[in-house]
Amino acid sequence: MIEHSLADIAQALANRRISSVELTALYLDRIARHDPQLNAFITVDPERSLAQARAADERLARGDTQPLTGIPIAHKDIFCARDWLTTCGSKMLGNFVSPYDATVISRFQQAGAVLLGKTNMDEFAMGSSTETSFHGPTANPWALDRVPGGSSGGSAAAVAARLAPAATGTDTGGSIRQPAALCNLSGMKPTYGVVSRYGMIAFASSLDQAGPLARSAADCALLLNCMAGFDERDSTSLDRPREDFARELTATTADRPLAGLRIGLPEQFFGEGCSPEVMHLVEAAIAEYRQLGAETVPVSLPSMSLSVAAYYVIAPAEASSNLARFDGVRYGYRAPAYDDLTDMYCKTRAQGFGAEVKRRILIGTYVLSHGYYDAYYLQAQRIRRLIADDFAEAFRQCDVVLGPTSPSTAFRLGEKAADPVQMYLSDIYTIAVNLAGLPAISIPCGFAGGLPAGLQLIGNYFTEARLLNVAHRYQQVTDWHRQCPPGHA
Amino acid sequence: MSLTLDQVHRIAHLARIEVDETEARRTLGQLNGIFGLIETMQAVDTQGVEPMAHAQDLAQRLRPDCVTENDQLAWRSAFQAIAPEAEAGLYLVPKVIE
Amino acid sequence: MKHWEVVIGIETHVQLSTASKIFSGSSTAFGSAPNLQANAVDIALPGVLPVLNRAAVECAIRFGLAVGGEVAARSVFARKNYFYPDLPKGYQISQYELPVVCGGSLPIQCGENEKLISLTRAHLEEDAGKSLHEGLGPTAQGRSGIDLNRAGTPLLEIVSEPDMRSAAEAVAYARALHALVRWIGICDGNMQEGSFRCDANVSVRPAGEVRLGTRREIKNLNSFRFLQQAIDYEVQWQIATIEDGGSIEQSTVLFDPASGETRAMRSKEDAHDYRYFPDPDLLPLIVDRQWVEQVRAELPELPAARRARLIADCGLSAYDAGVLTASLDLANYYEATLATAGKENAKICANWVMVDLAARLNREDREIGQSPVSATQLGGLIARIADGTISTSMARKVFDELCNSGHTSSADEIIARQGLQQISDDSALTALIDDLLAANPGMVAEFRSGKEKAFNALVGQVMKATRGQANPQRVSELLRRRLG
Repeated sequence: MIEHSLADIAQALANRRISSVELTALYLDRIARHDPQLNAFITVDPERSLAQARAADERLARGDTQPLTGIPIAHKDIFCARDWLTTCGSKMLGNFVSPYDATVISRFQQAGAVLLGKTNMDEFAMGSSTETSFHGPTANPWALDRVPGGSSGGSAAAVAARLAPAATGTDTGGSIRQPAALCNLSGMKPTYGVVSRYGMIAFASSLDQAGPLARSAADCALLLNCMAGFDERDSTSLDRPREDFARELTATTADRPLAGLRIGLPEQFFGEGCSPEVMHLVEAAIAEYRQLGAETVPVSLPSMSLSVAAYYVIAPAEASSNLARFDGVRYGYRAPAYDDLTDMYCKTRAQGFGAEVKRRILIGTYVLSHGYYDAYYLQAQRIRRLIADDFAEAFRQCDVVLGPTSPSTAFRLGEKAADPVQMYLSDIYTIAVNLAGLPAISIPCGFAGGLPAGLQLIGNYFTEARLLNVAHRYQQVTDWHRQCPPGHA
Repeated sequence: MSLTLDQVHRIAHLARIEVDETEARRTLGQLNGIFGLIETMQAVDTQGVEPMAHAQDLAQRLRPDCVTENDQLAWRSAFQAIAPEAEAGLYLVPKVIE
Repeated sequence: MKHWEVVIGIETHVQLSTASKIFSGSSTAFGSAPNLQANAVDIALPGVLPVLNRAAVECAIRFGLAVGGEVAARSVFARKNYFYPDLPKGYQISQYELPVVCGGSLPIQCGENEKLISLTRAHLEEDAGKSLHEGLGPTAQGRSGIDLNRAGTPLLEIVSEPDMRSAAEAVAYARALHALVRWIGICDGNMQEGSFRCDANVSVRPAGEVRLGTRREIKNLNSFRFLQQAIDYEVQWQIATIEDGGSIEQSTVLFDPASGETRAMRSKEDAHDYRYFPDPDLLPLIVDRQWVEQVRAELPELPAARRARLIADCGLSAYDAGVLTASLDLANYYEATLATAGKENAKICANWVMVDLAARLNREDREIGQSPVSATQLGGLIARIADGTISTSMARKVFDELCNSGHTSSADEIIARQGLQQISDDSALTALIDDLLAANPGMVAEFRSGKEKAFNALVGQVMKATRGQANPQRVSELLRRRLG
């Protein structure tokens, strides 16, 4: 069952070949056995999950089903889930039991999915390795001494190790796509505004977007069908007609199912900075796409080289303000000893936040402070515009932009932890997408030294269905995405 | 450009994060490394480019003026059950001096 | 001794009369138990987001039109970042670079002079919660209690230019603004409950100096009397400080009504660096012309226009017109009395509303909206005074009866029921006068010897004999004719 697609699992549940309770118990058992080595989960609560599974089985028995009814899903610990510990990977929220559900969580609840547990993540989603978590790092199931990527590393490791059929993540600068690449998964960041941010603990509000992490593009489409949709509680949620993101994934007998598709290859994705072994795999994937009928065209994203710089102004600026609510007054951690109110704030925040979070709050505070705003924050916003314009120009010449997701395969735990700049540069291929607000997906494209590499496909606004199809066609003719880490089959 | 130790202390205080001298020095080194990366932006001429604050060029949606809350007593209990210090419906903090 | 010029600008926080908060669905009603009107958004739980209340925006548009300002087609919400326990998010959502209303002006009446005060801007923002320092339980010693019921109440912050030159002008401005925001229905104006709060920026400079002196900002003045007292104190303090060789430091001060003094705030010790930036959770506010025109069409006639019309059409003095347009309710009441009494009686109506009715309301501590006499009743009464049916003194009795009647009777009914009509039948009056003159030869003699006092006494006798129902003017005429 653990290798089945979500659609097949749904079929098995509908046909009563397996119950949701059995399925949930199966995954809970796998978590109990494997998670001590991985540390992918922050919270697992078998009783509650099984209670939800029983409720799902009743729904299944009544025939009141939706595509995800009865399927256990793991959620990144950034999503508030009512009565569940929701820590966002931080000591600051180490005791925070959420009194309400995020919209994403309620959508899964309404669909009858089972909440399998809350997954590990970089503290407040700030990181690319899941090493900044207050709960300790998560290991990559493909090599336990390596990182799973981040910040949605717990979700990625859980799905890769078959501890969950699928999971949610969030992506501010690559936090779904990069762990997907490093763990051999398919992970999608939708167009900004497609998935509600309500109840998703904010890192950088103008960049954050939730999305699915799964074993195939087809699974991602099913998850996105559940997650996406207008939410009146989020001012940036887009009020668009409902769409079926799986609508283009129909069976085809065509030799060249992608005939007519123009794939843009930006020179900036194929220059220095990417490891040769990853580049080799990406080039092989391009050849595969030509076989599928796509044509490739050279495009250019001239301002992309500035994306990391602009991102490390905009994201910390927004974060410094978003994280001001963690002050020890209404919820979360409060320092045990202090002199007065100001001292209570300063000690609470010094003790409650980890080093990377504090670093980014300080950067953000600085770039917004008097006398520096124009030079940093406004300049970064102008560069953001240039980057978005670059993509707009590229999409006049192509339908999809293709490149590597991450410049390397999974690096060793601790390898970049001491050097923030090196860590930040591991997101060079993913950040521009968030700045522009575009949809993108990372899919497995092969292995180097036994470690998976990811291929990134970027689409124009609202082309999720097409992106998923482009990914799906590749997965119809390759089996990289079916590979399972040794010891987890 | 590079930051000074004084600036690190000032922004840490603005952000209400206590830092001791050792931490401030270490932070100073790291921030200067990061600002080295950020400074690459300064070489770009962006005159006439409209700053982009949002990922979408849309207008704010407006909510009808309706009260949507009920059962506030139960909600307050739920909210204050997770508060570090609350009494008689109030959140308590060290005395505020105006 | 040097002459000093006082320069005052005022920032006013006006709570908007919406049912729900500016960014959440919590109620804005005043006076509930602590934190019962603070939902997940108001207490800033992790992950919650703001959505803008349409009614708050409409209030801002209405204000912009009422002061002749420019309603911005596009304005932007920004975050003002600072830590304070009554500010749950650690930032206040406000407008900074692009406010919803720019410019405009407000006429004020100071003594006999009218002056136009320019407005800089008006912007939408959210109110903060409240910190309570007293009345906490015994286990809360040395603590402050935080109540977030007020957090997120919509505010329109209205900023004036530094156009006022005295505390009296500042108060006149605050009164005019207070009247206007109530007039156009965007604020209940309840100052005790904090619906209308002023910050006064005060500086002094030697007369003739062009540059502004350093200002101090007096925070949170919630009565006109405190505004007056605080500015008076602040001005003399600043002058004394400078004359003693000191200098003024830009700062924020609080007014202590008990001592009547201002003092610098202790809490905001660090340099203000609010790190404003556009709120990424809120998109730009777009107000299209159609909406503005629709609001304009629904706007009531404004106080200045109403004043001008009362002067031109009804012949009222500027003073009377000013008093009668102090609030929309009062102006509407006055015009309703005119509708019954007739426009030709505008001045009598004005006097009755401003004197007799005002005294009664004042005594009973009522607003015009709760008047014991309806405008139709009062207008009916005034019509009977004007056509001579009753005397003014009789009218006062009828007025009292009307007040006690609970809106059930008309003046005519009371006059008929109690037989209070004036005797205007000349033959009856003449007969009465003749009897009286015959009975009082002494007084007649006194009058004839030139004592005017005796004439008045005779009039009094007639009035007494008619139990006040005679028209005193007519009595005088007939009496003179008889005696002449």
